[in-house]
Amino acid sequence: MRAPLSWLREYVDLPASETGRDVAARLIAAGLEVETVERTGAGLKGPLVVGRVLAVEELSGFKKPIRYCQVDVGGANGTGEPQNLICGATNFAVGDKVVVVLPGAVLPGGFEISARKTYGHVSEGMICSERELGLGEDHGGILVLPPEHEAGTDAIELLELVDEVLDIAVTPDRGYCLSLRGLARETATAYGLPLRDPALLDVPPPTADGYPVRVADPLGCDRFTARTVSGLRPGARSPIWLQRRLQKAGMRPVSLPVDITNYVMLELGQPLHAYDRSRVQGTIGVRRAESGEKLITLDGVKRTLDAGDLVITDDRGPIGLAGVMGGADTEIADAAAGPDGATAAGTTDVVIEAAHFDPVSVARSARRHKLSSEASRRFERGVDPQAAAAAAQRTVDLLKLLAGGTADPGVTEITTPSGPRTVRMTADHPDRVAGVAYGRETVVRRLQQVGCDVYGNTAPSGTPGAPDELTVTVPSWRPDLTDPNDLAEEVARLEGYENLPATLPRPLPGRGLTERQRLHRRVGRALAGAGYVEAPSYPFVGAAAFDALGLEAGDPRRRTVQLVNPLSDEEPGLRTTLLPGLLASLRRNDGRGSHDLALFETGLVFLPTGTGDAAGRPPVTRRPTREELDALDAALPEQPRHVAVVLAGSRERAGWWGAGRPATWADAVEAARTVAAEAGVRLTVESAAHAPWHPGRCAALHVLLDGAPVPAGHAGELHPRVLKALGLPERTCAMELDLDLVERAGGEPVRAPHVSTFPVATQDVALVVDAAVPAAAVESALRAGAGELLESLRLFDVFTGEQLGAGRKSLAYALRFRAPDRTLKAEEASAARDAAVAEAVERTGAVLRGA
Amino acid sequence: MSAPNKSYDPVEVEALKPEAIDRARDEALDAVAAAGDLEALREVKAAHAGDRSPLALANREIGALPPQAKAEAGKRVGQARGAVNKALKARQEELERERDERVLVEEAVDVTLPHDRRPAGARHPLTTLSERIEDVFVAMGYEVAEGPEVEAEWFNFDALNLDPDHPARTMQDTFFVQGPGGAEDSGVVLRTHTSPVQIRSLLERELPVYVICPGRVYRTDELDATHTPVFGQVELLAVDEGLTMADLKGTLDHMVSALFGEGLGTRLRPSYFPFTEPSAEMDMVCFVCRGTSVGDPEHPCRTCSSEGWIELGGCGMVNPRVLTACGVDPERYSGFAFGFGIERMLMFRHNVEDMRDMVEGDVRFTLPFGMEI
Repeated sequence: MRAPLSWLREYVDLPASETGRDVAARLIAAGLEVETVERTGAGLKGPLVVGRVLAVEELSGFKKPIRYCQVDVGGANGTGEPQNLICGATNFAVGDKVVVVLPGAVLPGGFEISARKTYGHVSEGMICSERELGLGEDHGGILVLPPEHEAGTDAIELLELVDEVLDIAVTPDRGYCLSLRGLARETATAYGLPLRDPALLDVPPPTADGYPVRVADPLGCDRFTARTVSGLRPGARSPIWLQRRLQKAGMRPVSLPVDITNYVMLELGQPLHAYDRSRVQGTIGVRRAESGEKLITLDGVKRTLDAGDLVITDDRGPIGLAGVMGGADTEIADAAAGPDGATAAGTTDVVIEAAHFDPVSVARSARRHKLSSEASRRFERGVDPQAAAAAAQRTVDLLKLLAGGTADPGVTEITTPSGPRTVRMTADHPDRVAGVAYGRETVVRRLQQVGCDVYGNTAPSGTPGAPDELTVTVPSWRPDLTDPNDLAEEVARLEGYENLPATLPRPLPGRGLTERQRLHRRVGRALAGAGYVEAPSYPFVGAAAFDALGLEAGDPRRRTVQLVNPLSDEEPGLRTTLLPGLLASLRRNDGRGSHDLALFETGLVFLPTGTGDAAGRPPVTRRPTREELDALDAALPEQPRHVAVVLAGSRERAGWWGAGRPATWADAVEAARTVAAEAGVRLTVESAAHAPWHPGRCAALHVLLDGAPVPAGHAGELHPRVLKALGLPERTCAMELDLDLVERAGGEPVRAPHVSTFPVATQDVALVVDAAVPAAAVESALRAGAGELLESLRLFDVFTGEQLGAGRKSLAYALRFRAPDRTLKAEEASAARDAAVAEAVERTGAVLRGA
Repeated sequence: MSAPNKSYDPVEVEALKPEAIDRARDEALDAVAAAGDLEALREVKAAHAGDRSPLALANREIGALPPQAKAEAGKRVGQARGAVNKALKARQEELERERDERVLVEEAVDVTLPHDRRPAGARHPLTTLSERIEDVFVAMGYEVAEGPEVEAEWFNFDALNLDPDHPARTMQDTFFVQGPGGAEDSGVVLRTHTSPVQIRSLLERELPVYVICPGRVYRTDELDATHTPVFGQVELLAVDEGLTMADLKGTLDHMVSALFGEGLGTRLRPSYFPFTEPSAEMDMVCFVCRGTSVGDPEHPCRTCSSEGWIELGGCGMVNPRVLTACGVDPERYSGFAFGFGIERMLMFRHNVEDMRDMVEGDVRFTLPFGMEI
């Protein structure tokens, strides 16, 4: 809502020294979000005057038509002689009144005016367009004024060029502030000054002979006022002051009757509609639309109506979408050339509608038809039903005054009776909400300033134990005031939020972060410590991402939770794996010149599970039952937290210290082990063929859950086809784990090992096995065979070569034996080693090398 | 038995003549002094202090002396050997020190050589900033609450006093989630704020409830320099007996002091949110200029655009209707809540100029933030 300060001053006698910024500060403190204070005509300096065109000479020989004019500017130029002016516009004639800027003046934007020679003549100033004056964007021609203004009149004042405009973002609860009346009320309260309420008008009582109106849906429309005005002067134009106020408020002047309804809406907050009476047939009705009915709205769009839409009708059918937009059929016609070239008569008789519609109904219609209008915005947020009659009267008055119309005596007014709305609260409720001892007197005074009537307790005063309760009747323009806390807010904001004290509550001692939260932090730190950079990505995915990953048609990861309104139709789903987003980040970094990359992300993935039933809407007047809550959760997809890494380029860089080391599948597996270790979990690793990984370089990762291995993720090098499809660097590697599963598999507290101080006995063995035998199998056999004396075991070399034969490999292990209670004898260690080897031979067909 | 021979004439032992001992000592000392390196000193030691050195040999002869001469000769030889050994030890230490110094010089390296063999990692500043905020409140006794990102509308809207026709519901640009059969009205959305976690907390926890709810939220904004459809939020909820707006103000003041520096105040401006009543926007004093840039065009402040205040987010007293929907008696309990965006805070706290820097995962942006923020 844009409010010119000059207009506000009409209702509140603000001190002359108060600037727009001063007023804005007061309004902000009162809870109005003043976004900007715009100074119109800033830097403007006269002389800028009304001129009368005396003579026009068309100059030829230039690329465009140029006029050399003599213009009477009265005595404004000091001589009284006509002013010689060059003008490039042609939309005016001899005798027209125009705005002339004289040498010495400065136009908005620092444009200094002087007499200068152009097109072979000296131009002593300029004839101005709207844009040059900062009035609007119209640069098509110069501004032609109504004829009644005298030549030489100061145009700065006439056009109200210098003003300040407050632009206010009105919150949904304060619909009344979508009007000068509401803003003036807040201004008056903020300054402690009286308000001249523009809605306090003498309104004639309803009569039986007004324009016929039938309201068939009194819940949708609880008030309908109709007035008629006849004999409007065709072609009457809005006076400058009216146009200027509309412009400053951000609306474009259209035609006098429309401008007047807009003006009254801005002033009083009541949306109005003017119908061309000659185009309305019979009784005006208000009813719900029949499904499929058609209406062409003022914006020229043909709309198919829904049974929920509230419509205004005449005998033929819908003529307007109630509270949203009128229909084209009954539109006010301008006295302009019609499409057939003939001059249309223009509207002379109008029916004025000032009605009150159900906010929910208007909101639904506006949303359904994607049609948010000035009217619908106001109705949705609440319009003062009591102001309808005054708004109609104000419109009638202005039509009489400005368009020469005659008000018909008939006044139609249909109302659904409703009592005043009251809220009861204890007198100290605002004190208890704010934590400030305002006291009863202040509470009552502030509520009265808001427009409430406040009544005390009906119990005899001084009755011991009787609560000091207030019964508050809220004003008709504040439908948002329904609860005691609403009233508490009114008191607190008018008393000033800036005066609230600061105290600290004392929560019960907390338990700190949960194990799960601590794990999430540890995982992040561990991966970052291992050289990975966190790169959270968007969760939106589409089929193309899965195609690029080479997922089979039936791969469960292709089943995504779908959005109704995705940002991009290419990505309508939510991720089931972190890899698409993370790989996109990798590619982006690579493209920007970072080639040694290790990235990680932890985040939710979304797996369409659940019952398939829509989530319910339990009432909000009580706590939902356990069953209702379970049903709500059952409608949600499963949302486990995953962790993933991607790597490319060098894991260790080359440098003066020697060669670098490329990132490999093993780094990806190590990253998984790093994550698992933070959860106190040992992963078991098996080879697997699983998209999008290289079938020969993919590890399936398992955790033990209740004694059984459960797949928890994969790691390895990506499939070359995937790298090609996604444009990724060679040998890009990746790992993804279900972090929730890992978390569930862990959690056992660490049991401290017994630290033996007896000496260690080290034994190395090299075992030759088939290349296909996994090292993990050999290791577990060695461990099993070595027995309790084995302290640790480490694979320190893998060797393949001719002497072993094709398809064979040698695995070299260092075994460390130690007893808790004695120094091991050499033969004890050897026996343990032999047992370990025997088990490996037994299980894996290993041959002890060099034996 | 005869008496000791008091008039025993000492046998003349050449090696034990005082001149001979002194000479041997002096030769040894000269040799020690002349030894130029540890190898030479080892030879000197063998020659002058070894088993076959003159002083060692002299020492063996002492037994041959008559008793009255033994003591004097023993003392003389002992002193001489002591002097030699002392000199040897001193020279040994001296030569070792010289060798060590030489070796250390030879082993010197250029310690300014860069060593970036293993590329560094880092956590995303949005993660670490969120954790830092969590820690401020955990220290006060709050607990961290989390919830699903795909959420039932009941939690995201209805329970928060946002009924389907509430004008504020259209302010939230919501991603709606299809039902399994493609149904548009599944009652499920991508949460538009972390407030549904407040509802879950009130339903699941014992009163009083003091929680902080960080997490990812979604709105249908296209990514540009100042908007992102996916962003982080932190919300706080306190529900207890007797909580007031003054408690809200004090809590905000504490948070701002903890995150931005002591003595930085906050300001509340009346506003509107369906889930709080009364509601307010919260601003903090600009931590860069502390308000000094206001009206001082010579020293503008980029952080607060010379406003002196920085907008933080929204807050208010929990609407009693919200408490009712969660089965909390609003006659007995009251609460306060606030929420703000992490991206915005990261932007002004660390001079991030473009929202896209925070969402694109460029390692050059993230690396400087390290492990903590």
